[in-house]
Amino acid sequence: MEILKDLIYNTGKPLSQFYQWLHKLWAGFNFPPLVLDIIIQFIVAFVIFIFIALNALWIIYYERKFSAKLQIRKGPNRVGPIGLLQTVADTIKLLIKEDINPVKADKIVFFIAPGIVFLATFLSFLVIPFGNGLIVADLSIGVLYLIAVSGLAVIGILAGGWASNNKYSLIGGLRSAAQIVGYEIPNMIIILTVVMLAGSMKMSEIINAQSGYKWFVFYQPVAFLLFLIASNAEINRAPFDLPEAESELVSGFITEYSAMKFAFFFLAEYTNLFIVSAIATTLFLGGWQGPVLPPFIWFIIKTYAVVTFLMWIRWTFPRIRVDHLMEFSWKYLLPIALINLIITAFIIKITG
Amino acid sequence: MTQEKFELEKIATDEYILSMGPQHPSTHGVLRVILRMDGEYVIDLQPDPGYIHSSIEKICERRNYDQIMPYTDRMDYLSAVNYNWVYALAVEKLLGIKVPERAEYIRVILAEINRIMSHLLWFSAFGIDMGALTPIWYAFRERENLITLIEAQTGGRLTHNALRIGGVKNDLPKGFIEGLKKFLSNFEDYIDEYEALLINNVIFTARTKGIGILKKEIAISYGMSGPTIRGSNVSIDLRKTSPYSIYDKFDFKVCVGQNGDTWDRCKVRMDEMRQSANILRQAIEGMPSGDVMAKVPRVIKPAPGEVYEKVEGPRGETGVYIVSDGTEKPYRIKFRSPSFSNLSGLREICIGYKIADLVAIMGSLDLVIPEIDR
Repeated sequence: MEILKDLIYNTGKPLSQFYQWLHKLWAGFNFPPLVLDIIIQFIVAFVIFIFIALNALWIIYYERKFSAKLQIRKGPNRVGPIGLLQTVADTIKLLIKEDINPVKADKIVFFIAPGIVFLATFLSFLVIPFGNGLIVADLSIGVLYLIAVSGLAVIGILAGGWASNNKYSLIGGLRSAAQIVGYEIPNMIIILTVVMLAGSMKMSEIINAQSGYKWFVFYQPVAFLLFLIASNAEINRAPFDLPEAESELVSGFITEYSAMKFAFFFLAEYTNLFIVSAIATTLFLGGWQGPVLPPFIWFIIKTYAVVTFLMWIRWTFPRIRVDHLMEFSWKYLLPIALINLIITAFIIKITG
Repeated sequence: MTQEKFELEKIATDEYILSMGPQHPSTHGVLRVILRMDGEYVIDLQPDPGYIHSSIEKICERRNYDQIMPYTDRMDYLSAVNYNWVYALAVEKLLGIKVPERAEYIRVILAEINRIMSHLLWFSAFGIDMGALTPIWYAFRERENLITLIEAQTGGRLTHNALRIGGVKNDLPKGFIEGLKKFLSNFEDYIDEYEALLINNVIFTARTKGIGILKKEIAISYGMSGPTIRGSNVSIDLRKTSPYSIYDKFDFKVCVGQNGDTWDRCKVRMDEMRQSANILRQAIEGMPSGDVMAKVPRVIKPAPGEVYEKVEGPRGETGVYIVSDGTEKPYRIKFRSPSFSNLSGLREICIGYKIADLVAIMGSLDLVIPEIDR
């Protein structure tokens, strides 16, 4: 009960309370502390996994409904009330589908690739602050860790593209590698501006620096816009969905994937959308801070506002071409981000 | 130094063969294009049609003249009326039949509705080719209105079998003209909206302007026609240059592009929809009353001879060549499909561009595969 109270009344320590409660619960079993910690970490990981799965189910449904609204159609409305169970049914379908391995595929890499992609998104949840103190590990290098972990996904995509032994998949994988590398650098510089403003890489301190409605989006509107563009490109969503460009590459690196392996790619894609929006919320929109409502709710509201914005972009624009994409990154995003960084540094120096 | 150079040369940059189709999302059916690629670039290509060959021309040799009409629907299912029309024109010429004026007006109305329908579908498909998934739903909203109208007249939504030798089967149904007027009252606004949404979008123009330039001479030498050649600033429109039926009575403009790139071909199609709406308005205004069917012999037996007739379909010059040997079945029928000629020049305009451009260029040619294979 106390945990719930902490969650609602914003005391800043719900998760540590939770750890203590678990410690107390198992005190009688006389586990060594290390084993107990590992068990607790497993529980936390499990909770995150459940959250990812449920969130993905909802976010896919939400995107389908939202795009339906934009496209003057109804969207899913058959399974369950107003189609709410559609994604559940889809998941069940994917679970019981035949898992096809191409004959000439590199079996091991083909099997591991979706795992790596999913792992990258899964690890990102370690430093996402859902509420005051509701963060798995408030690392002192929080933002740096995020950048490092999100860069891991490219290995999985490249491996999947290569192992499928399909020319379209390979082109998709290579495009993805070029794209993610190209957009990670401006992304890093943009995040650096925020880190300079906050004076810390710790997630909780970045949020604290924005308390009293001093959200960084007001100080850094350009950086916010650039961040949305760059991270949209990094998670391969339209108009930057070149690695899986349907009309050109059939399905890019996921062409040969089916059943649960495909589901993992799909899950990772939509969870990435959530993560990017969560990071945007944390870095620019003041994180979980807000009046009246509990912090967790505020966090979800803000994150879903960003998610909606990204979806809006996706369903409006045509796909960008691969060389324009790279040009845009190196010729526009990076210089603007750098200039923004230098100006910010000067202003911080002058105003102290 | 020499060591390093040797190492660099060992890194082979192989060309590879990519078989695009027959099952590929952006070949619009079962066209196969064999590409020789260097990374993302297309070095060489060879279209390989024939996967949906249905030997319509051969079937027609075994059918009576009036039985052939439904087969003409199936070639270009997006402009069925124009194929009906060209066949009807040819047989009427063989028989020497004069079609009543009201029937001519109905034919014009149906053909122009069909042209708008075809261009709207091209717009939606092209949006998807370019990665924009929303325009299709907007275009289909308008297309649905037109399909409802044409269904009321002919009973068919896709393959209408709309015309008969000597006229049209039925007069316009009740409410048709009102429905068409209602549709035309705001159609141009929708076209403006589509242009703002897709055609003038920054990403779209960056991907289409200066891409896939089709030179005038090449377009003419390959026998291209329709919006494809008009994009290259060649003002050929059979409705204007060799008017058939009653097109000389209407006042409309032949839309041409300036540079012959992908964007110009798109723009020409958008403008053509406006012109078609214009023609429809004039046709509604000037519509006479009277019969819709000429006197046609029960058994159609043209005198021996041959005839070539052509109309301006949404994709270009749609022609038919009929040889009659005096029996009730044609000796030989040959259809001239615009998509086939337009496809044949694909190699000339695609080489050196990226695979994404290839998709855009192929989309801008507006190919209909069953029409190519017949």
